[in-house]
Amino acid sequence: MPPVAERTLEVRADFPIFARRFDGRELIYLDSGATSQKPQVVIDALADHLQSHNANVHRGVYALAQEADAAYEEARQKVAAFVGAAAETTIFTKNVTEAINLIAYSWGRANVGAGDAVLITQMEHHANIVPWQVLCRERGATLRYLEVDERGELSLEALDAELARGDVRIVAFAHVSNVLGTINPVAEMTRRIRAAGAISLVDGAQAVPQMGVDLGSLGADFYAWTGHKALGPTGVGVLHGRRELLEQMEPFLTGGDMIASVDFQSASWNELPYKFEAGTPPIAEAVGLGVAVEYLSGLGMENVRAHERALTAYMLERLVEVPGLRVVGPPEAEHRGALASFTLEGIHPHDVAELADRGGVCIRAGHHCAQPLMRCLGVGATARASVGVYNEASDIDALVSALNAGREVFGL
Amino acid sequence: MDDLYRDYILEHYKRPKNFGELDPHDLEALEHNPLCGDELGVHIRVRDGRIEDLRFHGHGCAISQAAASIASEELKGMSLKDVAELDADWMIDLLGIPVSATRRKCALLNLKVVRGAVTGDRAWPA
Repeated sequence: MPPVAERTLEVRADFPIFARRFDGRELIYLDSGATSQKPQVVIDALADHLQSHNANVHRGVYALAQEADAAYEEARQKVAAFVGAAAETTIFTKNVTEAINLIAYSWGRANVGAGDAVLITQMEHHANIVPWQVLCRERGATLRYLEVDERGELSLEALDAELARGDVRIVAFAHVSNVLGTINPVAEMTRRIRAAGAISLVDGAQAVPQMGVDLGSLGADFYAWTGHKALGPTGVGVLHGRRELLEQMEPFLTGGDMIASVDFQSASWNELPYKFEAGTPPIAEAVGLGVAVEYLSGLGMENVRAHERALTAYMLERLVEVPGLRVVGPPEAEHRGALASFTLEGIHPHDVAELADRGGVCIRAGHHCAQPLMRCLGVGATARASVGVYNEASDIDALVSALNAGREVFGL
Repeated sequence: MDDLYRDYILEHYKRPKNFGELDPHDLEALEHNPLCGDELGVHIRVRDGRIEDLRFHGHGCAISQAAASIASEELKGMSLKDVAELDADWMIDLLGIPVSATRRKCALLNLKVVRGAVTGDRAWPA
């Protein structure tokens, strides 16, 4: 088999789940687009926090509470620095879904009205569709979609044309598509959006785990991502926002921790970022995520990207060897994130995933929470293989063998 | 011999019985499997309180398509009253393969849609 580029990482030993055996077989995990596996340092950080530093944050005067406070805020600093953001404008949420809902409620309800338009794209995850559907229905606004072309890409000219209509208040789009793998030209898009007087929101769920993200150069007004896809724990997402916008916005969830003071009839809001963090936040999870991004920084995001790009190129090359297999999305690894969605003639994607599992290979099948995109592609579902830092070329070989074996089961 | 993808399952998947449209029809329903986006609809023609004929349409995996095909033969001639009382075990037994928890809805989608057409009950068969 052809060698995968020289710059591959060898970090599998850092991830204890790969020591597990499934009926004597190794774990071949090609579903990092759904969630990443966790390095030992993250697991240890979670355990250590719960074991030795656990207290609620922002309310205690005793030494242990101060430790918890410091750990939580240190995590925020690390997470913010990882993507070139400021800590005060870095808000911990539950996940990307909550972050997008936060914007749709707090910014959307104050700024989108009857006759206005919200612009999203045909390649969005349901998390970046449904909150806008609800907002537009409530406000009498229109939801419009930027089309995806046959290469699986967006057109800047189409964006310009939409913006020229003068009614677009916000444009929300994925940095990297979770189905097509397309890497969108975020900086070029946000520049056009700002010039048209609209606001940009970027869903970075698939981007932050696999490439260096510098919010300063991307120019997005809001940028959301999630911990569990970036080697961190579940239950913690991140929203970065432009300070002036966040300051003008009303809170999303209200209650404890997000207030400055509470009277019998009214309350005033806490400062950023706490205004948007109602209730006890995901403290241990944030600490875990802080360590996860430290781990990724230690590898070097340029090395992570090089590793995953090489594996993706290899995967694209090997997948087309399987008769009847069709990959959707940009043809070159250079223009796509670390995944490949595909269909296999004569075998439904659900069965493809089941057959892959027999070869010990974990891949995902279904609509990937992107049903409108599935309709555009003219398929009900696809199978999707996605790679992470711990994958190796042999994992791709195992997938291809499993697919070929599956074709035999189906008599193809 | 594959446990799940037995010859007769694959045969039904590749050449499903009673698939297509049925016009005119008396009852119809359309259901989705939210897990995978599969879609299955049914047209039913009724005569004297029994299913005289039926056709499925839609797309899905081998398990869901084979289950619909196999069930279609059994459902023809069955009284609507009996159809209303069919449960998950009936379908799983009829299918004759070990169905894991994750594939259960694939196997039961056809019964859900048929019962929905006959009774209006859109719950998953228990």
